[in-house]
Amino acid sequence: MSTVLEAAKVPYIQVLDETGKVVNPDRMPKLSDDELRELMKRMVFIRILDQRAIKLSRQGRLGFYAPAGGQEAAMIGSEYALQRDDFILPGYRDVPQLLYHGWPLYQWILFSRGHQHGTEIPEGVNVLIPQIIIGAQYVQTAGVALAFKLRDEKRIAITYTGDGGTSQGDFYEGINFAGAFQVPAVFVVQNNQFAISVPVELQTAAETLAQKAVAAGIPGFQVDGNDILAMYSVTKEAADRARAGDGPTLIEALTFRFGPHTMSGDDPTRYRTKELENEWERRDPLVRFRKFLEDKGLWTPEEEERVMEEAREEINAALKKADAYPKMTVPSLIDSMFEVLPESLKAQRQEFAGQEEA
Amino acid sequence: MAQMTMVQAVNNALDVELGRDKSVLVFGEDVGQNGGVFRATDGLQAKYGKDRVFDTPLAESGIIGLANGLAMQGFRPVAEIQFFGFVFEAMDEIAGQAARMRFRTNGRYTCPLVVRSPFGGGNKTPEMHADSLEGLFVQTPGLRVVIPSNPYDAKGLLISAIRDNDPVIFLEHMKLYRSLRAEVPEEAYTVPLDKANVVREGRDLTVIAYGAMVHTALKAAEELAKQRGVQAEVIDLRSVNPIDIETIVTSVKKTHRAVVVQEAQRSAGAAAEIIAQINEHAIYHLEGPVLRVTPPDTVYPFAQIEDEWIPDSAQVLRGFDKVLSL
Ligand SMILES: Cc1ncc(C[n+]2csc(CCOP(=O)(O)OP(=O)(O)O)c2C)c(N)n1
Repeated sequence: MSTVLEAAKVPYIQVLDETGKVVNPDRMPKLSDDELRELMKRMVFIRILDQRAIKLSRQGRLGFYAPAGGQEAAMIGSEYALQRDDFILPGYRDVPQLLYHGWPLYQWILFSRGHQHGTEIPEGVNVLIPQIIIGAQYVQTAGVALAFKLRDEKRIAITYTGDGGTSQGDFYEGINFAGAFQVPAVFVVQNNQFAISVPVELQTAAETLAQKAVAAGIPGFQVDGNDILAMYSVTKEAADRARAGDGPTLIEALTFRFGPHTMSGDDPTRYRTKELENEWERRDPLVRFRKFLEDKGLWTPEEEERVMEEAREEINAALKKADAYPKMTVPSLIDSMFEVLPESLKAQRQEFAGQEEA
Repeated sequence: MAQMTMVQAVNNALDVELGRDKSVLVFGEDVGQNGGVFRATDGLQAKYGKDRVFDTPLAESGIIGLANGLAMQGFRPVAEIQFFGFVFEAMDEIAGQAARMRFRTNGRYTCPLVVRSPFGGGNKTPEMHADSLEGLFVQTPGLRVVIPSNPYDAKGLLISAIRDNDPVIFLEHMKLYRSLRAEVPEEAYTVPLDKANVVREGRDLTVIAYGAMVHTALKAAEELAKQRGVQAEVIDLRSVNPIDIETIVTSVKKTHRAVVVQEAQRSAGAAAEIIAQINEHAIYHLEGPVLRVTPPDTVYPFAQIEDEWIPDSAQVLRGFDKVLSL
């Protein structure tokens, strides 16, 4: 019994503590000052975008939105460890990674508003649109990564889900297939403690989510998900291993979402205490990293203000572009169904084209 | 009598049955503490305890598998699939297992399971939330598929479903959850599971609909009467598996023309089955072909054009005109 529990112990990794002090110098990633500043810029940008998206949702100017605030370090840190041609299979909350991997901001806005053009990922951008079906992306990741392996490409596939997602059969199938085929994949679980209202203690009797890697026979790590340096470091290592042909990794990032589950009517006061929220606010990923950079003389309030201003401008420009985009039509939807439309659908296309004129 | 919305009527039906029968259990994702993402189970955990109303881990196949196990042990599980688009995850446990339980044990075990789930379009939800997938279960022998169109029916049908000894898929149209109120008795009552309801009488045209389309069809029928003085008879099916063909045939024998209005895509769904049965039972009473007013055969669209995609009363009215002209 105890040997089993011993085997299930996974390392917990932190580089910066909550005050921004380096607690694990061996884990300190080799990043230049510019790269360190870039990480902060991205987190500030995403924080501003998140706040704006929440406002826009309330005004009815956005459609579906699952707030990212609080999880910036886990999202930005892991994406920053990737190369351009690595492939991301995201969940619905993972918009920040997609934006930094090349999904244009205005297309995300269209996607949120339910416009099909938003989903047309540009050539050369290696991402899928956010997956709604929890777990589906995990099994597909094994396949994407196997394709890279079969073609002998030095690329990896990375996927994301939440703590709730680890309960799906697809989660286990995905990490097990990836292990069985030893494919170049990285599986990230952002454990933000709640699946909508359900606390992680109700999802599983397992002490950590990372230990689920043990049963799949792959390495598993639990990371302070609000520590961007730890997230970067562990993801980079996992990506390097995968690229070198050493198989997949499971990473559990401990974090917290500040906002509601989505902007479609969720009320966190029904399931979370104010104390818990305050506790996690103290661990805000931006606060800790800002402190770290300021101590090194790499960040100033003026710089932050400038980044915020740039973010606002970029978001406004993207909104304008999205607003100006022509509306969808039912015939164009029908056209998107097949390479060659069957006769039956051609007839329906005509019928609905006629209706739109009527 | 109390005025209730449909989601309140559902909540009330669960409350009444949990109170009446100790073997009734209610569970699913977010149904306990949170009371369901639509609040359909609001207050039930506080009232009946965590053993009878509870949150599950996030896994639809797990939820229905758990329910099947409980059902074969004599419980009456009412399991929620948070949105019906997620039902694919539980397809084996529903279609492969629950629907076959009685058959494969030759009646030794039964499966008095109710799968409750919100479905249907018009709410600008993200992908996979709004689909009308009832057709998949119309084609599954061993299941009942019930779809209420109003608060009174929702409560009476849900109580019947819970008391029924076979598995029932109970689909609650999201658009109807809060859009209408009606008188609903506080106490228990049942509405039979396989009896359609004539909600508007008429002698010129039979209109068959279910779920939210009942209201669209009624609106179009009023317009038809106003414009042309033609009286449509509107049938609210209530159940799409089985289909109450008797009520339909009785109407068709009177009107000689029929049209089905369906929110699901056109091909191979409930409408196709209804029309096949009309052909089998009443073809010599028809003066023209039976048509379907439906969306096209595409994936349920992204939110921006769902309102154009789902039949509205103008499109339904054009369908009426066409059926009357053939
Ligand atoms: C297959 C499936 N089941 C249920 C849902 C509904 N749903 C959306 S998010 C969610 C909770 C997910 O929690 P978690 O995996 O912890 O991720 P988080 O939202 O916290 O990032 C649920 C139940 C879904 N989208 N897909």
